[in-house]
Amino acid sequence: MIANYGYKDGSGEYYISIDTDKCIECPVGRACLAACPKAMFETLVDDYDDEVVCIKAQFRKSLAYDCVQCKPAGGHTRLPCTDACAPGAIRHSW
Amino acid sequence: MTELSAFNAPSSGEKKEFWRWDETAWVDESRDWRSAKVLTCGIDVGSVSSQCVICADGELYAYNSMRTGSNSPDSATNAFAGVTARTGLTVPDVQFVVGTGYGRVNVPFSHKAITEIACHARGANKMGGNSVRTILDMGGQDCKAIHCDEKGKVTNFLMNDKCAAGTGRGMEVISDLMQIPIAELGQRSFEVDVEPEAVSSVCVVFAKSEALAMLKAGYTKNKVVAAYCQAMAERVVSLLGRIGVEEGFFITGGIAKNPGVVKRIERLLGIKAMETKIDSQIAGAYGAALFAHTLVLKQGAAKPLAAAA
Repeated sequence: MIANYGYKDGSGEYYISIDTDKCIECPVGRACLAACPKAMFETLVDDYDDEVVCIKAQFRKSLAYDCVQCKPAGGHTRLPCTDACAPGAIRHSW
Repeated sequence: MTELSAFNAPSSGEKKEFWRWDETAWVDESRDWRSAKVLTCGIDVGSVSSQCVICADGELYAYNSMRTGSNSPDSATNAFAGVTARTGLTVPDVQFVVGTGYGRVNVPFSHKAITEIACHARGANKMGGNSVRTILDMGGQDCKAIHCDEKGKVTNFLMNDKCAAGTGRGMEVISDLMQIPIAELGQRSFEVDVEPEAVSSVCVVFAKSEALAMLKAGYTKNKVVAAYCQAMAERVVSLLGRIGVEEGFFITGGIAKNPGVVKRIERLLGIKAMETKIDSQIAGAYGAALFAHTLVLKQGAAKPLAAAA
């Protein structure tokens, strides 16, 4: 399942997509949880009883601002969360 | 009297609430719940409406759909009470209750909470058949685009609950502003000589002031409603584009009853939405009741909870 967390507003689309099929059997011990400097990721048991990673509810409506320090404007050329996710389950839409 | 002067006319007596949609209830009179082996219940407490669905042996037996009250537990209890009043069925008679929707964790008599995304997919799969792939749930205060497989399992979803654009609440605001009963909005939106451009802002707050400006510019009420329906359709179609639209398109939620929005979405997508005889608003609760049925078959009946109604 691809879970899209985020929103679309007048300034653009801000979604972090998590492919939970790749996330279920994480070979790197949920490295994304520690990689995010704002600790935006957490684990949950989804509706199909699989333990997967998701974005914490309090960040889902403000991703454009919360992720800014990891974007090029913040001096990064690569995103820490997507780099840490070895199976390639995490993607940003912007 | 012009459209604008009619709009400004002082009202006499009690203020009419044009946004009020009809609450519905239904019972399958051909059956008796006492003869069912497995009775399950789904309770969907949404931000605007609450539904209770009873499934007897995995088939729809009864439902009650009503407006959500000031708190989730009471709304869930009242939704169930509507079924009790028509069938005599009480909470202890039900083997498993699944809560879903915005207030799912506050359903006092539920055994399990499941997200509305999974429940809408499951409900749509039952209502529209296993060819349903793309589901658009236009809820009271959010909008969800869901892709599912032939079993109704979610494969891709996104939810927009940051603003009220493209939601039932937005339509309620326009209904009150135009002083047209909400059930008539869809039909009225087609009663125009020329289809207008969509209102430029889908934000409910700005759309309201834009609608007033349109009336002042000489638009008829119908034309303003058409412009708003078009804007709403464009808004949700852009959301659907993100998950990809496949044939087997099904719309759930209250706005599925508004042909003014549905027909415009179909036109933009080039796909016709699947039809159903069942109230589109109960899809989430229906899915929850079906999840409950599966859980009973898998693990047996849950421990009875306190009676709610």
